[in-house]
Amino acid sequence: MITFESVTKQFPDGTVAVDDLSLEIPAGKITVLVGPSGCGKTTTLRMINRMIDATSGTITVDGQDVRSVDPPTLRRRIGYVIQAGGLLPHRTIVDNIATVPFLLGQDKKQARARAMELLERVGLPSSFAKRYPHQLSGGQQQRVGVARALAADPPVMLMDEPFSAVDPVVRKQLQEEFLRLQTELHKTIVLVTHDIDEAVKLGDLVCVLEVGGRIGQFDTPERLLASPSDQFVEEFLGDDRGVRRLSFVGSDGLALDTARVVTAAGVADSWRLLVDESGKPSGWLAPGSDGDPLPVGRAFVVGSESLRSALDSAVLNPSGDAIAVDADGKVVGLAGQEQIMGALRGRLPSEVA
Amino acid sequence: MTWDWRWSWVTSHYDLLGELLGQHLYLSVVPVLLGLLIALPLGILCVQVPRLYAPVLALTSFFYALPSLALFVVLIDYTGFTGWTVIVPLTIYTLSVLVRNVVDGLRSVPEHVSQAATAMGFGGLRRLLQVDLPVAIPVVVAGLRVATVSNISLVSVGSLIGISGLGQLFVDGIQRSFITPIIVGIVLTVILAVLADAILVGLQWLLTPWTRTGRSAKPVSTDPAGVAV
Repeated sequence: MITFESVTKQFPDGTVAVDDLSLEIPAGKITVLVGPSGCGKTTTLRMINRMIDATSGTITVDGQDVRSVDPPTLRRRIGYVIQAGGLLPHRTIVDNIATVPFLLGQDKKQARARAMELLERVGLPSSFAKRYPHQLSGGQQQRVGVARALAADPPVMLMDEPFSAVDPVVRKQLQEEFLRLQTELHKTIVLVTHDIDEAVKLGDLVCVLEVGGRIGQFDTPERLLASPSDQFVEEFLGDDRGVRRLSFVGSDGLALDTARVVTAAGVADSWRLLVDESGKPSGWLAPGSDGDPLPVGRAFVVGSESLRSALDSAVLNPSGDAIAVDADGKVVGLAGQEQIMGALRGRLPSEVA
Repeated sequence: MTWDWRWSWVTSHYDLLGELLGQHLYLSVVPVLLGLLIALPLGILCVQVPRLYAPVLALTSFFYALPSLALFVVLIDYTGFTGWTVIVPLTIYTLSVLVRNVVDGLRSVPEHVSQAATAMGFGGLRRLLQVDLPVAIPVVVAGLRVATVSNISLVSVGSLIGISGLGQLFVDGIQRSFITPIIVGIVLTVILAVLADAILVGLQWLLTPWTRTGRSAKPVSTDPAGVAV
């Protein structure tokens, strides 16, 4: 657990980046610090490993005051992932991952062997071990950055905008792998981002910071979206927080219509979904039309994807129906907007007063 | 001036040529080593204490602007007709080139790299030795190449005041209006410069394996102030 007790940081130019912050960051969870630029989120993060020293107040990691530890020693016990990777350009990938074990004076051979395991764990081929950072793409470098932070198996990991420097497709992939990794590792993670979507997606807890380093709200993502504590938080959450709440509701309870899933064209007075021999969607048949089928929009995987995906699918298909598929992409049924709203009723996490 | 080329002169003076070549090499290389020895700590200091950099640069640029011959003449009073009369000014020239490259090299370490290194738990000295200096090698070697080649050419000027080197062949040739030693002097100087440069390139190749792989890293500035001869 990491605690902040009345922590203030004032820079020499007089700017107060963090103002009397008290915060308890639970062990084994992902806590996201999010806020607009100037809210002191990065300063807050960097005070934990003393990259920045607090002006007043106390920060403890697992009960120990960080000021009682020599900074390099403290930092070797805390994993750190930086936005642009921050890999050492003159060291091979395997040696980059083994940086902290080397600093701790561990046996080189063992440290490299562990680095090779981590390379695989973050989804990179072992052939990358002898390469240098500039030979890897941004996303690959970021994976190496995560592996490096894990190398000495620190209980705490700090991540400073770890996924912002990569394109959206890679970002989504990295985020998902990061969540999968965390289910195995249970590290105490503090992650900084300016992207509220990322905060809601990754955080077990989200701390919204206001400009000047005060807490706007510290809550679970569900409760944050359901009941923002003030106007600042509500505005920061954006216009579609209602729709985003649907991310937290599973699609497994949806009533699915199978009658309108057909295998052959024909005339009828309702929208029907034509499927091919393998059961995959191939086109929409409009009511009363025997013309060419209309193209299919996106489908959602029933059960594993949320109602937000189901609603998205409904919006993106010409009939207004969401296409429910199984993990193999075979059509399971259709869900109209009424069904989606029906599934929603009473299923949203209860509103907090 | 007699324009006839005489191989017989060359073949009868192998010993002299070897001796001059050795002296020339000594007088060019010692200042490079001394210059590097001073420029490294000075450059590191200028990066640590940025407000020192401007005055240091001003001072070294001032020395760099002084004509070599004038410096040699002034120094004769103190160091006499010894190698030091050449070595001291050339060390100052080398220093002037290298301080800039050491500072540029250390500053070429990307911000996210030095931040990450600190966050990993590198202490100050360890970061300097294991991160900043290795990353700075290409820029420092670029400065060494300029300084070395420039020194090899400047050592010849020392012969005008009687400090022996390949320049003696030019003095000899001009005094006797005899072209052969002049040509031999030019050829040997060029060969020496090319070889010294090749050795430095090779040294860098050995020291920086990360710069030889695949697509090249970000280009580094290899353009110091320019060469004054």
